[in-house]
Amino acid sequence: MIEELATTQEGDLVINVGPQHPSTHGVLHLVITMNGETIKKVEPHLGYIHRSIEKMCESLSFRQFIYVTSRMDYLSSHINNHGCALCVEKGLQIEVPARAQVIRVLMDELTRIASHVLWWGALAMDVGALTPFFHAFREREAINDIMEETCGARLTMNYMAPGGVMFDIHPNFQKRVHAFIELFKSKIDEYDELVTDNVIFKARMQGIGMLSYEDAISYGCSGPTARGSGVKCDIRKLYPYEIYNKLQFEEIIETGCDSYARYLVRMKEMRQSLSIIEQLIDNIPEGEFLAKTKAVLKLPKGEFYSKVETARGEFGVYIVSEGGTTPYRIKFRSPGFSNLSALDHMARGQKIGDLVAMMGSLDLVIPDIDR
Amino acid sequence: MFLKDYIKDVFGAVKSLLIGMRRTGYYFTHHKEIITQQYPDNRDTLVLPERFRGEVVMPHDEKNEHRCTGCTACELACPNGTIKVITKFDITPEGKKKKAIDKLVYHLELCTMCNLCIEACPSDAIKMAQNFEHSVFDRSQLTKVLNKPGSKIMDGVE
Repeated sequence: MIEELATTQEGDLVINVGPQHPSTHGVLHLVITMNGETIKKVEPHLGYIHRSIEKMCESLSFRQFIYVTSRMDYLSSHINNHGCALCVEKGLQIEVPARAQVIRVLMDELTRIASHVLWWGALAMDVGALTPFFHAFREREAINDIMEETCGARLTMNYMAPGGVMFDIHPNFQKRVHAFIELFKSKIDEYDELVTDNVIFKARMQGIGMLSYEDAISYGCSGPTARGSGVKCDIRKLYPYEIYNKLQFEEIIETGCDSYARYLVRMKEMRQSLSIIEQLIDNIPEGEFLAKTKAVLKLPKGEFYSKVETARGEFGVYIVSEGGTTPYRIKFRSPGFSNLSALDHMARGQKIGDLVAMMGSLDLVIPDIDR
Repeated sequence: MFLKDYIKDVFGAVKSLLIGMRRTGYYFTHHKEIITQQYPDNRDTLVLPERFRGEVVMPHDEKNEHRCTGCTACELACPNGTIKVITKFDITPEGKKKKAIDKLVYHLELCTMCNLCIEACPSDAIKMAQNFEHSVFDRSQLTKVLNKPGSKIMDGVE
């Protein structure tokens, strides 16, 4: 607080954005110091939605704690659960059946598309275009229906279990995913027509929120935020898990370093995810969907870490086990927290009107930042 | 050269806007592609998938019998303390004591529909129902007893 006052000169204006503000997509509170319309400093205040998930996990068993992580990054809840399941499997040294691996990857990529589609609509809404939001929800609804049919829930699926997935895929699953691929291929071109090439959108995004290659690394950014600055950081490529090393897909790298580059990365990632789904949907191997595990899981004494690529970046799970049925300590590395920390650097010297476009390009999900 | 680029920019901008407007115009004239459903009006036609997780129920057959043995596996599997199994001892015709459930108390207000209790149940006594309209006027109505009054365990379920 003292430091804050010291850097604020006379004539500076301090305003609060949030905690309840439509563009913050949750309860993020930004304290912005401005000189006229120019931003001098952005200070995110967290804690409004802190639920102490890491501490909560210490009292839950290794089967139970997975469902809590759906409540962190609720838009890519499936991938969060995947990371936790991978970490428990690493500790127990369970071999996941081939069928379960393919189902997991399919679900991950569907979740990634759903998350990016929602982000696309929300970003367009932030910069002033309301129509794309409804277009985005239409396609997201198709994915949610697929999830609902196979996993039983639309958003917080809890479909992952240590050793595989909870149920087998629904008999309609392949048919519906095929229908979705056909639908989405035409719709993604529509997205480009509506927003990507739009001159007003470009003027709002290009040259805004510059984050250089060095800064992206030093702030610990990951996912599309870092890849928009040219950093190779796709966990699916660098540290392949499940069957990602057997798949044909590209890691999207853009070197524009601005908000528009981050936008392009996500748009192209949707096409890559779609191609991954196309490769796998007809090649789901037969067999078990859940490996045989003991009724009570006990991780051996030690430390285990696993990481996955969520829609927002690198999600890490670190478990310290004392050999009991519950973890001794759990630490989650959430991508949103590191990406948010770069916001202050991006926003300094820019105009207040562009702040929302910068925040939108970071794809913030507040419960993920503030566990 | 500056003027040429300027004019090129202006025409490019107009073109990009027109492409976007064409899409808007398409949806303006194609009403059949509107997929919005009005929720309370479509309740009769609303079909939920059979795996949809709405609430935990205990199916009873026509003789008012269920399959729950009172093993408390669901209670142990639940991460939130949603389920509480209260057991009693029945006297069998042979005069032996046999463990059975008195009440299976289910707190809907605590439930996150994670499906772990159903996975844990060894005798398939509980399942997920598709009802999702849970609003009630009083909080106490959310605490439910899943086994019906006077119900007893099905023959052959151990």
